[in-house]
Amino acid sequence: MIALENLSVAIRGTPILRNVDLTLAPGQITGLVGESGSGKSMTALAIMGLLPRGAVAGGAVRLDGQNLLTTPESALCRIRGNRIGMIFQEPMTALNPLMTIGDQVAEVLRIHHRMSREAARARARDRLDRVGLPGPRFPLTLYPHELSGGQRQRVAIALAIAEAPDLLIADEPTTALDVTTQAQILDLLRDLVREAGMSLLLITHDLAVVAGIADQVAVMREGELVENGETEALFRNQQHPYTRALFAASRHVPARVTAQADDTPILSVRDAVREYVLARRTTFGPHEVLRAVDGVSFDIQDGESVGLVGESGCGKSTLTRAILGLDPLQGGEIRLDGEAVGPGGAMPAALRAKVQVVFQDPFGSFDPRWRVDRLLAEPFHLTGRPRNWRERVAEALSEVGIDPSAARRHIHEFSGGQRQRLAIARALIIRPRLIVLDEAVSALDVQVRAQVLDLLADLRRSHGMAYLFISHDLGVVRGVTDRVLVMDRGGIVEQGPTERVMGQPAHATTRRLMAAMPEIPADWSVV
Amino acid sequence: MLPYLARRMISLALSLLVASLVIFLLVEMVPGDPATFMLGTGAQPETLAALRAQLGLDQPLPVRYASWLLQILSGDLGQSFTYKTPVTGMILDRMQVSLPLALMALALAVLIAFPIGLFAAARRGEAGDTAIMSVTQIGIALPNFWFAMLLVLLFAVRLRWLPAGGFGGWDAPGAALRSLLLPAVALALPQAAILARVLRSALIETMDQDYIRTARAKGLSRGKTLRRHALRNALIPVLTIMGMQFSFLLAGAIIIENVFYLPGLGRMIFQAINQRDLIVVQSAVLVLVAAVIAVTFLVDLAYAAVDPRLRTR
Repeated sequence: MIALENLSVAIRGTPILRNVDLTLAPGQITGLVGESGSGKSMTALAIMGLLPRGAVAGGAVRLDGQNLLTTPESALCRIRGNRIGMIFQEPMTALNPLMTIGDQVAEVLRIHHRMSREAARARARDRLDRVGLPGPRFPLTLYPHELSGGQRQRVAIALAIAEAPDLLIADEPTTALDVTTQAQILDLLRDLVREAGMSLLLITHDLAVVAGIADQVAVMREGELVENGETEALFRNQQHPYTRALFAASRHVPARVTAQADDTPILSVRDAVREYVLARRTTFGPHEVLRAVDGVSFDIQDGESVGLVGESGCGKSTLTRAILGLDPLQGGEIRLDGEAVGPGGAMPAALRAKVQVVFQDPFGSFDPRWRVDRLLAEPFHLTGRPRNWRERVAEALSEVGIDPSAARRHIHEFSGGQRQRLAIARALIIRPRLIVLDEAVSALDVQVRAQVLDLLADLRRSHGMAYLFISHDLGVVRGVTDRVLVMDRGGIVEQGPTERVMGQPAHATTRRLMAAMPEIPADWSVV
Repeated sequence: MLPYLARRMISLALSLLVASLVIFLLVEMVPGDPATFMLGTGAQPETLAALRAQLGLDQPLPVRYASWLLQILSGDLGQSFTYKTPVTGMILDRMQVSLPLALMALALAVLIAFPIGLFAAARRGEAGDTAIMSVTQIGIALPNFWFAMLLVLLFAVRLRWLPAGGFGGWDAPGAALRSLLLPAVALALPQAAILARVLRSALIETMDQDYIRTARAKGLSRGKTLRRHALRNALIPVLTIMGMQFSFLLAGAIIIENVFYLPGLGRMIFQAINQRDLIVVQSAVLVLVAAVIAVTFLVDLAYAAVDPRLRTR
């Protein structure tokens, strides 16, 4: 049993956690929810004794009475991985790329027990079988890069549970995964807890995930636990105003924009085929060809909002790159406002100016050395920079709700949500006819996400541009699109009005996606 | 792994071929030809023509390139204008000094750089790290000939442990190694300083990766995480630098060779340039370029040995 008593953490004098009290009982799943920066991950790192440099912890983290905060490092090394295991958000980078998966799981066993290499391998095999990576298909000799994101997360779980710990900490374990993989990983975690009687601390920003799996929920805000209790009761009562705000934001649906779609397609995709040439298997053998987009056809009308959903690897991103004119097609054609789209010089600047994009990562998609005005004015190289460009920048900033005085600041001075507003302002400044939103709200907290969705709805109402909204979050797609396309294995398997497709899914893929979508039970909400 | 190896080999062979062509053409472009050099500027045109025919210089360019290539492949690099001896023999003689010297210097550099690079990375930002980084900064800044002279003063003049210069050949291996030791140290120290800094920064970057956090969560101590997980991941940039350093050490030791009176490749090339001994310069350049390409090939192999992701490409 693990108990946090009055846990406080400060980094160089700045308080990060304040008086956190939390008990994690065996066989229980505790959901820890809150916005980014609220201290969720710091709580996990404090339990693990892996706080960053310069962090000072007070209070106590008790494991069967022993205070881990005062336990010497050498003793903590015997507890980590043995009595407390942890998995992290990003499965793509959480495993050592140079070690086989078998060795990485076996290493945990050999750290904590004297054990021969063979015995450790045999136990590692057993653990990998347990997390759904059976022997014949997933030999121990595989390297992480030979596995998908979901499979890598299974390996990460295998090594976290290898020693059957008392406590498993999972920090946003499914945030980087698509809905169906998320559902599988959550099922696996639930089974492991039930079987082994371990306790699970599940850190997430997704309230729907917590609603489906957690026995207890703790809500965190600015380093403090504001509410804590049994899941259903907490969802029904929502004592603290912050909890209520969080719940409202997570279910927020922006006001419907009455479709201004007319019958002229702004984007028209016909039989699009996109192939990748893979590495040869043998030295002089033929190159294998992967058909990532296979005969896709659809239209987006002027002013329409269209969703594109599917599992990872279904071809969404590849199709998007082709629509943006970044990659060539191997068959079919894509027309934007009647003109052919293609990579490089094949697409005139005036045509490129008709489509702009907002990407997922609000941190990686800006040059850190440029100031905001230069960042926002960049699309003008397609249209020629107008004399009044500074006014246009100021106008774009106020349209996305940022003070125009921010024009001379650098991007690191802004929060994630503000950066995503800036990305929208950058897309908006040359008045494109189509904006591609590629997982544009996936990295945002629920409250910020609600604001950005409202902003997008407002902008569509005032400017009437079309959206292509690509997301793995079906809830969001449902709220903001008129029509939805479901993609699987390079093809579009179902399309139609969003409400119909999601309400009565016809294709197996759509049904699978809908079934996997975590939802807060409708009758749990407070009035 | 095999396709990777095969493709590396093909690219190695092609690089060598292109290099030989470039060197051949460069020498062709230099005004005057070997016959003029051999006979002097006052030679009779008939004598010159006869010698040209004898040397095959009247043949068309592609034919001469092909025959030169065949000649090289049979191990014959031609005759030195100055010494009238086979260039192959001259280069092999000099290689007996330069190759062991470069290898010793690189080995010393690695032996010095790895422990201090690991130490500094493990104590990032602490006093030990700062001290080591300052020392390596000085190691890079100091000219190695000056350092070489200090070594001679201390170990040869004062302590009389090691010879101050000269090389007696490999008939007495002990003495040969002793004569190469001080120059190798003088060459190794700046390289060790560079290597240690590269290793430190590569390790520090690696220590911020997610899989390092995973390793710590498994229960590995900081030190073990550094050695077991970070070191191998940090090796790629270090191997790149080592390859470049070896190529430099092979021919770039000219000043150190002069300080220690060593008959190495660098001095031979320097003399050949002074004496306008074109065939020696050409051959030495060809050998050095071949060595650099071969080292690059070995570094490529080392990458693949370190990183499984490269083997499948």
